[in-house]
Amino acid sequence: MSMEPNAVTLTVFFGLFVLVTGLGFVASRWRAGDLSQLHEWGLGGRRFGTWVTWFLLGGDLYTAYTFIAVPALMFGAGAYGFFAVPYTILMYPLLFIAFPRLWSVARKHGYVTAADFVRGRFGSRQLALAVAITGIVATMPYIALQLVGMQVVLAALGINFSLNLPGFGPVDMPLLIAFTILAFYTYSSGLRAPALIAVVKDLLVYITVFAAIIFIPVQLGGYGAVFDAVPEKALLLAKGMGGNLGAEFAYASLAMGSVLALFLYPHAVTGLLSASSRNVVRRNAMILPAYSLALALIALLGYMAIASGVGTDPLYAEGFAAFGNNFAVPALFLKMFPSWFAGLAFAAIAIGALVPAAIMSIACANLFTRNIYREFINPKCTAVQESNVAKIVSIVVKFGALIFVLEMKSTYAIQLQLLGGIWMCQTLPSVLLALYTRFCHPMALLAGWAAGLISGTWMVSQLDFKSSTYTLYLFGLEIPGYAAVSALLLNLIVSYGLTLIINAVSNPVRRDETKPEDYLT
Amino acid sequence: MKKDKPPRRKFQPIYLFLIVPYIALLWVPFYNRIEPTLLGIPFFYWFQMCWVVLGALCILPVYLYQESRRK
Repeated sequence: MSMEPNAVTLTVFFGLFVLVTGLGFVASRWRAGDLSQLHEWGLGGRRFGTWVTWFLLGGDLYTAYTFIAVPALMFGAGAYGFFAVPYTILMYPLLFIAFPRLWSVARKHGYVTAADFVRGRFGSRQLALAVAITGIVATMPYIALQLVGMQVVLAALGINFSLNLPGFGPVDMPLLIAFTILAFYTYSSGLRAPALIAVVKDLLVYITVFAAIIFIPVQLGGYGAVFDAVPEKALLLAKGMGGNLGAEFAYASLAMGSVLALFLYPHAVTGLLSASSRNVVRRNAMILPAYSLALALIALLGYMAIASGVGTDPLYAEGFAAFGNNFAVPALFLKMFPSWFAGLAFAAIAIGALVPAAIMSIACANLFTRNIYREFINPKCTAVQESNVAKIVSIVVKFGALIFVLEMKSTYAIQLQLLGGIWMCQTLPSVLLALYTRFCHPMALLAGWAAGLISGTWMVSQLDFKSSTYTLYLFGLEIPGYAAVSALLLNLIVSYGLTLIINAVSNPVRRDETKPEDYLT
Repeated sequence: MKKDKPPRRKFQPIYLFLIVPYIALLWVPFYNRIEPTLLGIPFFYWFQMCWVVLGALCILPVYLYQESRRK
């Protein structure tokens, strides 16, 4: 791309990037622990207090890709993209009520992953394996998307040059370098690295957001002018007609389905289990919404991009051609901000990609090590072997995602991430409901999981993997709903139905190592 | 949903606070409109943004209730 690099922007960007890299390596000595133990490396020793957890989860759940993709969706599709706001509000009552239970039972039994809990709760290696594999497979494209977010920013900075590497073809060098650095400090510092970096990243994000929502609308003639520039049809959701429940229903189901999927994702579980007490989790349910406010304001950047006219500005045509609507926010920053501030804003997004990418790769590494390596490959492994395997897997996972982004189109990553949310949702009966009841038989849960996975994937394949809103025709109604939710309903019917049948024909032995009081303190 | 047996406690109505945000935000037809606008921002947008704060405030009474019971 021939966008001209700006010296001031680049200097600010690199300065912040170097600062963060230093922090990543120093992090191993922060609240030092024995990093040859998996819970020290992969959960920060379960020692993060209220504020560190706030920064860590904020950096973890509100990813760089979110900051690029949500305004891009608003820019392209209007009101529909705003679903991220109800979604990130409605996750907190659920977090508040259910996750202190998970934290408590995990602490009591030394669980590091959700699959560990499933293994203990149901005594089933197969079900635990299903949960672990779902987590790993759904998270991989999510890491890839963080890279896509970073790629967009590097292109906007004008520093995305490629080198031909033997066997790989042209490779985006700055991306490769950034990820190599990330891989090394995650290896050496574990979860402490993203926790420390998240503090810097979140401060940069808040500064950028508050500058953007004040500074940009003033230049564009106020919020009224911004909303006036948006096509009238895009400003609201389409009303349903007759028997069709319409976009309003799809909007609600998308928000609710995303809520159910989010806390089942390995990186969310890893972040929550690293808290130092269940009260840290409870308090965070009340203070994390601060990020939702930032997200809502960031979403509106999509409309500001429409009002600023970057979409038709020949200066940014190349960026839009390469990255589609994902280029809307970087283009807006380039056009509206002074160059030094654009550097700061881009650093916020790029560093914002590193934090979740690190946590996601650690979460995948924990899952692989605990629920595949120790369970099936080397049951007698020592604690040191266990944490060494995790460290290496975290590197493999990251480079897997990197190769994915460099060698394939980013649309594949987006489609897979779409499917990932649907797949993740199917572990809800085995994980979230299991916090309250172990009524279901593990084999029934496994069957339900498979039914949900297959039906969800089928629905999205019918839509050519472009959308996840599948219209069902039931009782004379047209119901356009998020495929994750419909698949989850089928999953629950199968899980409960089969359990009733199994209980009727036999008297299955229950192997549950947890006790009711383990969930409460 | 079947709960675990021994520490079975009576349901406390204060927990209903946690359901309020779901009702407010999942009933989309209620807020899917332009008027009344606030500082030029359509209702659809500012209503949902207000619920970021209101949602957190709905958790607070339950949190305080649990704290008072722990003592």
